[in-house]
Amino acid sequence: MSELTRRTAHEMAGLLRRGETSARELAEAHLAEVERTDRALHAWLSLDPERALEEADEADARLDVARHEGPAALDALHPLLGVPVALKDLVSVRGGQATAGSRILAGYRPPYDAHIAECLRDAGAVILGKTNMDEFAMGSSTEHSAFGPTANPWALDRVPGGSSGGSAAAVAAYHVPLAIGTDTGGSIRQPAALCGIVGMKPTYGRVSRYGIVAFASSLDQVGPLGRDARDAAALLHAVAGRDERDSTSAPIPVPDGLLRLAADDDEAAAELRGKRLGLPREYFVPGMEPGVEARVREGVAALEAAGATVEEVSLPHTEYGLATYYIIAPAEASANLARYDGIRFGFSVREPAADFIADYKATRGQGFGAEVKRRIMLGTYALSAGYYDAYYLKAQKVRTLIKADFDALWARGFDALVAPTSPSVAFRFGARMADPVAMYLSDACTLPVNMAGLPGVSFPCGLADGLPVGLQLIAGPWREAELLRLVRAYEAVTAGADWRRLEPAELGLAAVPDAPTPAERASALAAADRVASSTAGWPAT
Amino acid sequence: MSAVPGAAGTRHEAARYEAVIGIEVHCKLRTASKMFCACSTAYDGAAPNSHTCPVCLGLPGVLPTINRRAVQLVLATGLAIDAELAPTTRWDRKNYFYPDLPKGYQISQYQLPLAADGRLAFDTSEGPVTIRIRRAHLEEDTARLVHAELGGRRVSLVDFNRAGVPLMEVVTEPDVRTAEQARRYAEELRLVLRAIGASDAEMENGQLRVEANVSLRPAGREELGTRVEVKNMNSFRAVERAIAHEIERQAEVLNAGGSVHQETRGWDDARQATYLMRIKESEDDYRYFPEPDLPPLRVAPAWLDEIGGTLPELPGTRRARYREALGLSAYDAAVIVADPGATELFEGTLAEAADLAPKAVANWVTGEYLRLSRAGGAGAPEASAPGSTAPAARAPLAGHAGQPATAIAGRVTPAALAALLRLVADGQLSGTNAKEVFAAHFASGQAVAAIVEARGLRQISDADVIAAAVDRVLAASPAAVADYRAGKAQALGFLVGQVMKATRGQANAGAVQGALRERLDRTEA
Ligand SMILES: [Zn+2]
Repeated sequence: MSELTRRTAHEMAGLLRRGETSARELAEAHLAEVERTDRALHAWLSLDPERALEEADEADARLDVARHEGPAALDALHPLLGVPVALKDLVSVRGGQATAGSRILAGYRPPYDAHIAECLRDAGAVILGKTNMDEFAMGSSTEHSAFGPTANPWALDRVPGGSSGGSAAAVAAYHVPLAIGTDTGGSIRQPAALCGIVGMKPTYGRVSRYGIVAFASSLDQVGPLGRDARDAAALLHAVAGRDERDSTSAPIPVPDGLLRLAADDDEAAAELRGKRLGLPREYFVPGMEPGVEARVREGVAALEAAGATVEEVSLPHTEYGLATYYIIAPAEASANLARYDGIRFGFSVREPAADFIADYKATRGQGFGAEVKRRIMLGTYALSAGYYDAYYLKAQKVRTLIKADFDALWARGFDALVAPTSPSVAFRFGARMADPVAMYLSDACTLPVNMAGLPGVSFPCGLADGLPVGLQLIAGPWREAELLRLVRAYEAVTAGADWRRLEPAELGLAAVPDAPTPAERASALAAADRVASSTAGWPAT
Repeated sequence: MSAVPGAAGTRHEAARYEAVIGIEVHCKLRTASKMFCACSTAYDGAAPNSHTCPVCLGLPGVLPTINRRAVQLVLATGLAIDAELAPTTRWDRKNYFYPDLPKGYQISQYQLPLAADGRLAFDTSEGPVTIRIRRAHLEEDTARLVHAELGGRRVSLVDFNRAGVPLMEVVTEPDVRTAEQARRYAEELRLVLRAIGASDAEMENGQLRVEANVSLRPAGREELGTRVEVKNMNSFRAVERAIAHEIERQAEVLNAGGSVHQETRGWDDARQATYLMRIKESEDDYRYFPEPDLPPLRVAPAWLDEIGGTLPELPGTRRARYREALGLSAYDAAVIVADPGATELFEGTLAEAADLAPKAVANWVTGEYLRLSRAGGAGAPEASAPGSTAPAARAPLAGHAGQPATAIAGRVTPAALAALLRLVADGQLSGTNAKEVFAAHFASGQAVAAIVEARGLRQISDADVIAAAVDRVLAASPAAVADYRAGKAQALGFLVGQVMKATRGQANAGAVQGALRERLDRTEA
């Protein structure tokens, strides 16, 4: 294990500029770390070391040129130059793979680059490969990946959250300092919370979705996962901004402030003074784990202690969020996933001597997993003649009310809202697979933010039973830089906390040669469950 | 008992019924690029799938962007058909599975079309008709399926060159009552689309596709009968025949005590009959919902004003002007406006020579010009492919002054027609010779004056020259002079013929007759 991998991205940027390491050395160290622990974690679906090292060499060349030109040239370089990053496997990169965690996209190689892939190349980031995810980003545990689950580095028999579980686990396990995820109902923030890292969903329209395999178009946003606020801010800065190819991306300038989060703790902490934060009571949902609530309330207290005022507020339509989300997202998904028909790309089944309808059925029947099929059915039903008004149209109206709840608080002068990210810590493999609604409830505190199109960020606020707990901050549109400054302030005021010095508890275990894979652990747990339940079903002898 | 108007020849079966017909027209808009991507629409003759990109192939992760020009053309159409134009419109997804539909949905406009509640007025053999237009909206075309045999296997191949091409759909209210009205509606719509440059609108190559919903009801009744959708009509004549046939077919079914089924029928031009394509057991459920990848489109009033300001004179307005301001007959006005080449020649000639009588110009355009250009095949580009030239490349309709007269075979320039008509008006060319000169000019593009000179067709109107010839003939024809004086009027015709012969046909026949009469009557007195 190289100490280099324990550094943050902005530390790596300093080392690179001072010539104390090279992009190639960073890439090699991180690839070695993946090699060391990913058998047990399965955070990655594909690695492209050859291409990564080429990109690293290009970054080193750019660094050399800038070093010769002087300090101004070095300053002009993006902080991500030469820094290894991971992409969730739904980002198109020309010639790579983009499975979206689905069998139906196995073998598909995008002939074009996503907008954010171009942005990362411009910044000089080094893409190591693609990370695991719930199929088409539908899930909260990464167990719905067609390619097997990912383990949480804090507890290898638990999920990393999802759907960006591979990206979150990779960052937590020091495979990369930064990763790209997408968040439709919490898919960046919830895994960030469960893996003890920072993850932000930006304002809808902040980052172009061009080249990102779509789940629910009106909710999907691309965002960063990193180990601290400054790193996440730098990655957001690199990928944000208007893209003509995405009509929903906003022509709003990306704040340079994202690159100037205070390095000094005292300066950073000052940000909290006089800030007015709302604490929405509806986010302390029934069934929230006591350990989670305790850490969240301690986090809120720390914010207050640093000079913020915290006031309990109400977002009265929160309780309709889940039901509304599970109409809108599946409806959009049912159309977005219609293109997977086996005709032009990807997985394809040809039924001999049958018509194309039979080919469709076979391709989609075998190509999609159960959760994807469930959501396609939900969405198709909600859009059907005679049901549209009662479901889809009604849901859109409720969505407007949910958004209005937030707007009312911004109008009252709140700078941000503070809330739990997830009602629970990382759960065991299989714990929610049999009960879709229990799985859906994982996102109760995050999905209203997607419905309202707002920026939200999750960041670690301690451990409960040895597992990370996430605190969430939510702000009005386009206020990502303000949010990340608050997170940075919180990091500064809690810099001395004991839990900040802990590495993910089972990373060492993950490095054991021939450690069981997550799939093996998951099936062992399932087998144990079956024994337990069948024992319980019989009268005692 | 009221007969179905216009259903001539099929009257006996359909006589008890009124036909209720709605027309849907899909038209390929004249844009350089596709509806939602930058791919070129100029794929005619190109290799299959050579005009494609990730967007129009519907690859994972792609997003649509709106073609502004396509929106502009639909707005222009909306203005031309006097429709309401929505200040804000939206895009919707129309969901269905078919191999020619790459995304599994078509981006269309369902709830808020760009244009609604318009109308189109035109003449028919039974008088003027106005058809209400329910809506005009934008959508994207599908790919083309090619059924072939490869290695002994029957396969379907997909060519995505057409996928994503901007289509405008124009839907009427069920106002059409006869097959003739249906054809005339389609023809008039094509005229409008061509006039505003929205589409080349050629039915033969699928730029204009017409579908009709046809139902019958007993004459005088309000409630509608069962609708049958008629497709595959590849010409205006086919539209009229297919609908007439369908009206008759349904009438036969009803008269035999049967009932019409809701179905889609295709027109077989060879058999001159419709055939069953598909039975519709229920209405298709396309699960329309707003396209989340495209924000609502707001049409700025200033943009609309700009489009309205550049709208050319529309066919209906032009016909009215020809009748009312220029004194043309309704027939001449309709014939000229229906043909872009004729319109161009008519307008250009009047612009070239304002002194010419419009009626005289119209006679030449509707007579000799259209006769020659329709007979001409390859030598008559305007008649075979009237819209195939881009508007920029096409000569402007008016204001030819200063434009060099181009000599092109198979065409008549306004300058040439003006020169010809001046020669006739000045008595330098006879009407008969003028037709010969016109035909020669049409065939060769040679200048009118040069043809007249080369063929020695210039007419002699000089009074002294004619008088000398008359004197010679009178002196040489005492018998005819005597006959004339004896009251035999036909002797004058003989004497005119003799003078014409003496001048090798070049004398102005009217002037010769006048001079003869004057001499004969004077000497008599
Ligand atoms: Zn294209």
